[in-house]
Amino acid sequence: MTELLHVKNLRVNARGGAGEIEIVRNVSFSLGKGEVLALIGESGSGKTTIALSLLGYARHGCRIAGGEIWVDGTDVLSLDDKTLQQWRGHRIAYIAQSAAAAFNPSKRLLDQVIESALLHGVGSRAELERKAVELFRDLALPNPETIGQRYPHQVSGGQLQRLMAAMALIADPLLVILDEPTTALDVTTQVEVLQTFRDAVKRRNATAVYVSHDLAVVAQMADHIVVLNGGEIREHNRTERILHHADDAYTRSLLGAARPHGKPKAVTRLPAEAEPLLSIKGLIAGYGKPDSLGLPASRILEDIELELRPGQAIGIIGESGSGKSTLARVVAGLLPAARGKVRFRGEELPGQLSQRSAEQFRRIQLVFQNADTALNPMHTVGTLLGRPLKAYFGLTGKAQRQRVLELLDQVRLPHTLIDRKPGALSGGQKQRVNLARALAAKPDLILCDEVTSALDTVVGAAILDLLAELRRELGLAYLFISHDISSVRALCDDVVVMYQGHQVQTGSTSALLEPPAHPYTDLLVRSVPELRQGWLEENRDLARLELPALDDYQDNGELCTFLDRCPKRINGLCNSTAPGRKTLSSGSVTLCHLDEEAMLPLLPVLAQPSAQEPRLYKVNG
Amino acid sequence: MSTHILWLIGRRLAAAVLTLLIVSVVIFAITAILPGDSAQQILGQFATPEQIEALRQQLGLNQPAIVRYLDWFGGLLSGNLGESMTNNMPVTELLQGRLGNTLMLALVTSVVSVPVALLLGITAAIYRGGRLDKCLSTLTLALVAVPEFLVATLAVLIFAVKLRWFSALSYASDVTSPLAFIRTYTLPVMTLCFVIVAQMARMTRAAVVDQLDSSYAEMARLKGLGNLRIALVHALPNAVGPIANAIALSLSYLFGGVVIVETIFNYPGIASLMVDAVTNRDIALVQACTMLFCSGYLLLVLIADVSAILSNPRLRTR
Repeated sequence: MTELLHVKNLRVNARGGAGEIEIVRNVSFSLGKGEVLALIGESGSGKTTIALSLLGYARHGCRIAGGEIWVDGTDVLSLDDKTLQQWRGHRIAYIAQSAAAAFNPSKRLLDQVIESALLHGVGSRAELERKAVELFRDLALPNPETIGQRYPHQVSGGQLQRLMAAMALIADPLLVILDEPTTALDVTTQVEVLQTFRDAVKRRNATAVYVSHDLAVVAQMADHIVVLNGGEIREHNRTERILHHADDAYTRSLLGAARPHGKPKAVTRLPAEAEPLLSIKGLIAGYGKPDSLGLPASRILEDIELELRPGQAIGIIGESGSGKSTLARVVAGLLPAARGKVRFRGEELPGQLSQRSAEQFRRIQLVFQNADTALNPMHTVGTLLGRPLKAYFGLTGKAQRQRVLELLDQVRLPHTLIDRKPGALSGGQKQRVNLARALAAKPDLILCDEVTSALDTVVGAAILDLLAELRRELGLAYLFISHDISSVRALCDDVVVMYQGHQVQTGSTSALLEPPAHPYTDLLVRSVPELRQGWLEENRDLARLELPALDDYQDNGELCTFLDRCPKRINGLCNSTAPGRKTLSSGSVTLCHLDEEAMLPLLPVLAQPSAQEPRLYKVNG
Repeated sequence: MSTHILWLIGRRLAAAVLTLLIVSVVIFAITAILPGDSAQQILGQFATPEQIEALRQQLGLNQPAIVRYLDWFGGLLSGNLGESMTNNMPVTELLQGRLGNTLMLALVTSVVSVPVALLLGITAAIYRGGRLDKCLSTLTLALVAVPEFLVATLAVLIFAVKLRWFSALSYASDVTSPLAFIRTYTLPVMTLCFVIVAQMARMTRAAVVDQLDSSYAEMARLKGLGNLRIALVHALPNAVGPIANAIALSLSYLFGGVVIVETIFNYPGIASLMVDAVTNRDIALVQACTMLFCSGYLLLVLIADVSAILSNPRLRTR
């Protein structure tokens, strides 16, 4: 096998406050023609910096300080600017993380796809346009002939990502660099995109470098894995060896964090007759001007039913746009409900924050996804935690400081942090302070909105452990909003699955993961890549689901929202009447026309993974 | 053009008309509150109260404010802007001559300044952080800081008095040949350009730099495109909105804000007409000038908004 890429002692520096800091240190690896290598690591590991260096490019504030990058016998770093421009997009192509941001919003897609190849003289405009259409067809894009005439905002995120692949492949590059190409996608979309990427790479026998933080995704795509940490290579080996016999301790910790946290926790079931802490009935909410019936112009939540007992944790799971955050906003009082009742501790909870009592205010606390923006960077940790103490309990001076220290203990932070500002804390520490601020109010209920999504896997897992411990110690109830099945599974007793504003399934966490389930739940659970090679191959059907044909129908807004994607839809039933709630033998309640038997998977259930190959429920991010 | 765009533009237009209506009320209210009125001004300070009262009666100044407003507003709609009290001639007639002059000066200044500003702004953005950028940045900042009367006076001193290339005074009526046109307009246009080019160039640079920092600009670089192409083909179309607004803002200054230039070059424009009107308590003239400035401003902003809408495919194609 011929060697196509050889990186030797690559060093990249970033300009810091005092002089330069090395962010990539002496990285060397090589890759044969037709192989796929993955660069894996957490944020700050230098994986994207290395990937960009392969194009002879360093971001603003960074500089390639030394080393050699040989591609097909040429040292990319020795090329002058003009030649480098010729190489980029022609011999080395790049697929960016967020296609939504990487496409120019004001230019037609086809023009952007062929632009680079046209400038580099790969072919005439007509030839390239023809080739682009072929690629669109290859990448399973709808309407390949005309999709290029659209603008980026007119196609979906998954389609944009595939269009970007077409843009990279149109010049038949020697080397393709994929930088977290599926991280910004929903899990069910991710499977489709991964499938098409894998096929495209295999068919062209392309050589690729795949950057990702997600081991399960990498296991499907790569022949070799390079594990990075702090700008250095920790381990470089064939994929199967890394997955089964990792040599390095750091690699093993990554693998550990990627695996689900054992079995779902056995929950001490509270007596059912205990009065619910929070109960939601027939909730409808949305945005925009209310019509004559008081219903909002754009309805986000449709008929939500939920009961949360003291000390219980309920997970709300769904893709972007499913309405899960809107639900949290309604409970928090940031968005009044259009219909339905929200009761807290037996009393009706007013829709407007201003009408809620201080006590209701205190007992429900909200923790946001991004601690960076939720914490005022000008205040010290002591001030941040002291303010709610003063507001709710009138604590000042010594008593306040005492309580702040207690709070720091509760979230397992050292007392020395009390005088620091958020800027001097790590991502995980910030999220702990964010949590401590909610705990300061001694709440009954904490609304957690994607609290681990912005964190690295290892750090996120530690926060989940903390949440579980706090719940045991303090008897807190959680409404835990997430798109990540594995964290919901680790923390929650019950799960609500949302799809486009409908509550499609509600039940215990263990019942959710096993069939029979709502077709969407089934698709969602099965779309999460598993941490073993070959999973993608076995689940080819997920990417190209055959949908039963439907007669023309009128959607009056009552029909099942999953109808246009459902592989088990029934003509004449699903497209004519609204689905009703149905209780399954597992205790789960679904919103679907199908009976239990029909809900079982079309294909035989895959063999349960063995202990060495645990399932990984990681949606993305 | 889709109905959606027409709807968007129609809404902007309606908003502009509404703004103008509100402005007319505000102008009328303010001029009504001002101490002294035309009657007092015409008769001078030695007039007896009886004389003033009589004149007020004659001019209709004693009627209730709402009646006077409706009267004035009705006239406005039918093109009758009232009678200038101090000049004893219709306001329309007074404006007619001056408006042409002001528009001419504004037009010539725009034609010169906008391309120069765009060129400077885009060049600075492309060579961001480089020596050229720093020079341009310092230069434009210095120009913004220098007051225009100083620029105008220096220009007169150098080009009119010392070099005798152009005339120090600009009588628009002198223009009979292209050469005379240049002699008349060069100095005032140059002075005005100094002021507005700097502002527009800085705003253009900021708008383009903002786009050059985006992910798609980085992607374009990684596709192997050159700096010039990235700036002109990728960044610029997305910067049309903010640039158009910056230009509209600067050009609106050419209507009402050029008093100093008009005074120094003795150029008969609307701005100096309005200043005179204020000193003379010539209320009808003040009201007419203010309405004119506001309309001009709203028109420019409307044009900027429309070009921003047309340049954005998200709004254009729906």
